[in-house]
Amino acid sequence: MTAGQALPELASVPWRTRTDARWLRRYQRLWHAWTLLYTVPFVAAGAGMIWLAPIATPVALVAAAHAWLIPELYAARGASVARPKGPRQERAEPVAQGLLGDLLGPPERQLQRDTGLALEPGELGTWLVGEAGALLLTNRGRTVHAFCVAATETDLPPSDRIAHLLLALRVDEEGFATVANHAFAGAPWRVRRRLPRRMRPALDVARRESSR
Amino acid sequence: MARLIRMDGTGHTTLAEWTAADDIAFEEAVEEFRSQLELGYIGTVPEGPGKATHVRQLPREADMVIMRRPIAGG
Repeated sequence: MTAGQALPELASVPWRTRTDARWLRRYQRLWHAWTLLYTVPFVAAGAGMIWLAPIATPVALVAAAHAWLIPELYAARGASVARPKGPRQERAEPVAQGLLGDLLGPPERQLQRDTGLALEPGELGTWLVGEAGALLLTNRGRTVHAFCVAATETDLPPSDRIAHLLLALRVDEEGFATVANHAFAGAPWRVRRRLPRRMRPALDVARRESSR
Repeated sequence: MARLIRMDGTGHTTLAEWTAADDIAFEEAVEEFRSQLELGYIGTVPEGPGKATHVRQLPREADMVIMRRPIAGG
């Protein structure tokens, strides 16, 4: 990644702290604490109800369901940044695919064609860039951060939307993460099972890259 | 032959082409580059794997300059 160049879009978010590795670690810990905060009370309440009054078991099961459902919803939010979005532009897409292919190395090009996600190693971790967001594998592949970010022009073909994000990421990685909205941080397996089946191999490759 | 490309709804459009030795073609490319900046596009020069540079003026020596729209958090 090119160091020392600020992404021009940072001017539109002057109030944001620059997203660096330290910021990501802090956010990861906050998300972890937050997950425990809304999971443990439901589990404890459910267990307490069964212990105090076994007749309350159905209510305890509802509490347990909440403990399971809420983290699942957050993980789904994380996975949603990578899902295909917007018009498919089937006539323009082959042209856009050619340009995106020129920006990627052969293995990354094939991975993008197979999964719809462009792999990009960075200083902060290993990125997977989609049409309207990006996943960042950090912590040697043990944590995934999800970022919601897209080109402001809505009628671009899918590969052009990816190329927009990829170029911005290559200009200023921390700036890219700062402009993007952080949507989720957690274990990759939580996001993986919410990803479309076609995209899962890209997450597996990114985890391997990140753990090297 | 260097190219000025704009990513748009057609996939991409080649706006100008020039060589380092052709001053007239380069001046035309500079004009086109400026008009794209005025429309809100951002100039980026891809520089191989993992690298790209934001440019405010058209670099004569670049092989390819890509005009892109700004990005924003969704």
